[in-house]
Amino acid sequence: MSYTVIVGLEVHVQLLTKSKIFCGCSTEFNPDHPNVQTCPVCLGLPGSLPVMNRRAFELSLKTAMSLNCQIAPFTKWDRKQYYYPDLPKGYQISQYDLPFSLDGFLEVEVDPTEGTTRRVGIIRAHLEEDAGKNLHDETGHGTDSQVDLNRAGTPLLEIVSQPDLRSAAECKRYLEELRLLLTYLGVSDCNMAEGSLRCDANVNLHVHQPDGQDIPTPIVEIKNLNSFRNVELSLEYEIKRQFEEWQKTGKRLGEVSKETRGWDAARGATFAQRGKEEASDYRYFPDPDLVPVTVTEEELDRIRESLGEFPADRRKRFKEGYLLSNYDAAVIVDQGAELASYYEEVALGCGDAKQAANWVTQDILREMKERNLTIGQFPIRQPVLIALLGKINTKAITIKSAREIFVDLLTEGLEGKPIEPSRIDELVASKGLALVFDVVELDAVIAKIVDKNPKAVADFKSGKQAAVGALIGQVMKEVKGADPQRVRQMLVEKLSQ
Amino acid sequence: MSILGATTNELRVRLERGDVTSVDVTTAYLDQIAVHDAQVQAFLLVDRDAALEQARDVDAKRQAGHAVGKLAGVPVALKDVVCTKGVRTTCGSRMLENFVPPYDAHVVQRLKEADAVLIGKTNMDEFAMGSSTENSAYQVTKNPWDLARTPGGSSGGSAAAVSASMAPLAIGSDTGGSIRQPAGFCGVVGMKPTYGRISRFGLVAYASSLDQLGPFASDVSGAALLLEVMSGHDARDSTSVNVPVPEYSRSVDEPLAGLRIGVAREHFVEGLDREVEAAIRTALDVYRKLGAEVKEVSLPHSQYAVAVYYIIAPSEASSNLARYDGVHYGHRAKDFSNMIDMYSASRGEGFGTEVKRRIMLGAYALSAGYYDAYYLKALKVRRLIRQDFDQAFQSVDVIASPVAPTPAFKIGELVNDPLAMYLSDIYTLSANLAGLPGICIPAGFSGKNLPIGLQLLAAPFQEERLLRTARMFERETDWHKQRAKL
Ligand SMILES: [Zn+2]
Repeated sequence: MSYTVIVGLEVHVQLLTKSKIFCGCSTEFNPDHPNVQTCPVCLGLPGSLPVMNRRAFELSLKTAMSLNCQIAPFTKWDRKQYYYPDLPKGYQISQYDLPFSLDGFLEVEVDPTEGTTRRVGIIRAHLEEDAGKNLHDETGHGTDSQVDLNRAGTPLLEIVSQPDLRSAAECKRYLEELRLLLTYLGVSDCNMAEGSLRCDANVNLHVHQPDGQDIPTPIVEIKNLNSFRNVELSLEYEIKRQFEEWQKTGKRLGEVSKETRGWDAARGATFAQRGKEEASDYRYFPDPDLVPVTVTEEELDRIRESLGEFPADRRKRFKEGYLLSNYDAAVIVDQGAELASYYEEVALGCGDAKQAANWVTQDILREMKERNLTIGQFPIRQPVLIALLGKINTKAITIKSAREIFVDLLTEGLEGKPIEPSRIDELVASKGLALVFDVVELDAVIAKIVDKNPKAVADFKSGKQAAVGALIGQVMKEVKGADPQRVRQMLVEKLSQ
Repeated sequence: MSILGATTNELRVRLERGDVTSVDVTTAYLDQIAVHDAQVQAFLLVDRDAALEQARDVDAKRQAGHAVGKLAGVPVALKDVVCTKGVRTTCGSRMLENFVPPYDAHVVQRLKEADAVLIGKTNMDEFAMGSSTENSAYQVTKNPWDLARTPGGSSGGSAAAVSASMAPLAIGSDTGGSIRQPAGFCGVVGMKPTYGRISRFGLVAYASSLDQLGPFASDVSGAALLLEVMSGHDARDSTSVNVPVPEYSRSVDEPLAGLRIGVAREHFVEGLDREVEAAIRTALDVYRKLGAEVKEVSLPHSQYAVAVYYIIAPSEASSNLARYDGVHYGHRAKDFSNMIDMYSASRGEGFGTEVKRRIMLGAYALSAGYYDAYYLKALKVRRLIRQDFDQAFQSVDVIASPVAPTPAFKIGELVNDPLAMYLSDIYTLSANLAGLPGICIPAGFSGKNLPIGLQLLAAPFQEERLLRTARMFERETDWHKQRAKL
């Protein structure tokens, strides 16, 4: 019996604003100093009132437009009411029936090597305030719980996808593409460790029947997934669990109420949560403290102009303009806008886009990973790499020598020395890595070596091609920086005389 | 002339001339409080030393020749619903018995900038829910005209304080009549401005879309001056409207020519006390004599105002009061077994009966399955009520009516009949639902020597017209000069 996996994701993204959504407090991640980034408004003190941060709204518009959403000309704020210690007002200011954006999509490259994409529908994106953080215990049996409200009131964008995702791997790809888009737009840093991006997954199966019909299993919501890895693992687990459950009970959608489950990363299993969500009524109603927000066409035009290039367009441009493979284009673009721009500058500067791609995807990415550097922190800047690759192109040095210089430059840069293109020349000279083009000098050395090695000459002449290798080595030892290809060619000519 | 009998303007003139100091004035009011408040119980908090220190500061500023504010040295009492930095703010509730705000409400900042002397915080119905100040968790304020009667509510403490000459000015809040009705019961001037005229920042919310702060004074000019100080845009309140503030106190004495006064036929129906009706009809005659035209208008949806109000206000209240959960501040129960239990025990102990009643009403009205039938429908009717007024104000400048169906009722009389209590606000609720400005001025006395109030309503941001209309009447009468004998 086979089945189709049906997953929709709800992603909460913290927006990159300096201040909170309804007050002037800082949004900085500051877990070591609880409750210092607070004021009467985000503490929910009596008499305090919220005022919308227009910047947060603009970042949300930017995101929604990039997700191809319809933007509502008129949107309002609603109160979502429930009791929880991390929610100081007893309600969360959110958007209920008139979100600011609706009905968009994101093209996700589900197979980067093939470049195949899937269009994932976006039901809506809306803006809301984050809650604080409970430092537990909430049972009342143990020690007192504590609450940190530094995070309370941080602007969150909730992006709700259609149930268009068909596997755990696809979900991961969707999240990666979404994160890439958000970081390209500069609307969020998507730092999952700091809770800037969190995810809930709604999942069920459509079990195929022999008669061609599909039976949907009950929908389960997996809450609070805080890494892409956990999204993938929890979904893989949940898909298996649901299928086994279906085989055991035969319960279909509608026969049991929607279940909320958590993910226990240590055990590698989802578990049933006695959700505060279950059967709860949020008593949504329009927040009378805030005025509805209107968006003008001019404002939308202005934001549209500021959007810049999306990752998908950039991949396409790299493939078509620089003739990169799907794979290389994806690797470069998916690292983020900064690396892609670095690459593009080097490609244009050195005039060999393929060579630049090799260096960026291999040498640079490897070193970045090993040394835990971002491209912004990488000490070899674009002009230096352009100069280095230029030396390869003009055959001034070999690729092997260039790699050696690259490592030297990197080491010096990490020691804090300023790295200028002129340093390459110094290293080439001091290490004697310049390719020698003086045919007369090379001829003399080759003649000498041939005279000194009658055995090898005899071997070669009797058909042992490999004998030339030993001779190349000896020539190279005498003339540092000689191009081995050229030495081989000259030797063969000499020996064939 | 004694300090206590003086109007706000007279006090200002005497302070400016140096006939009296703010310390003299403040001392006189503090003494009046000391002598009579044990009976009246208008104040929840009076800090004599702090008040005198403010008075001394203003006197010193004035003597040094520095410019002083519009209310320099004049005492003002504050309803205990506005946050005062470092000074306990209870909202008349056990829930906030020990709540000391770390910030000043916008109006408190404005008063401080105007060099007013904050003389104390006045009693109120818990969280401003009530029409008699009997719902205070602390004390029952008495009507200075008859100590067996209520001063009205919810701003009963502020109204009684001005009525008993314990303060020349006071601030109240009005969600469904909570300034105008007690002003009428206590024989003083009370005004609710247009929604958005005064910042609500620091006003502890009851029903956010209806709440509005406003002035109490012994005469119209005093109310005009206090309104002028309180009004103006504040970026911290999104519903604060950025409309220029006229100098109400300058224009208040100018009569309006060609004034058209509307009288709604729906306002003179069964349930209206005969003495009250007579006083209002007499007041209309005063206006006719001044050349005003009195015309009948219709407010057909006003009959639904009580029903609409008691859906919208409790709905918002159920949400606004959710924050009092005993977690972050306010009352927390001592004994509880788990988190949910902590919430219910703290709220159960911290709130009084009427507050609980309205939270239940509101939570019900907003519940899934009921929202459309109650809350959404109420919003629609609210719009119709506003449209009635828009229509009426096309042919009249102000609408005159009683402020309440009867003069002050007895303490305890309506406590066990919430519906009758709700109906006592029948004339005032519509102005809150429609966001309109309204004023109540003294317009006579009943046979039992209880004050009767005349309510005037105007179109949004027509406070200036309202004050000038009120002043025209006041000039012709001396009801406002009557003082309760304590
Ligand atoms: Zn804050």
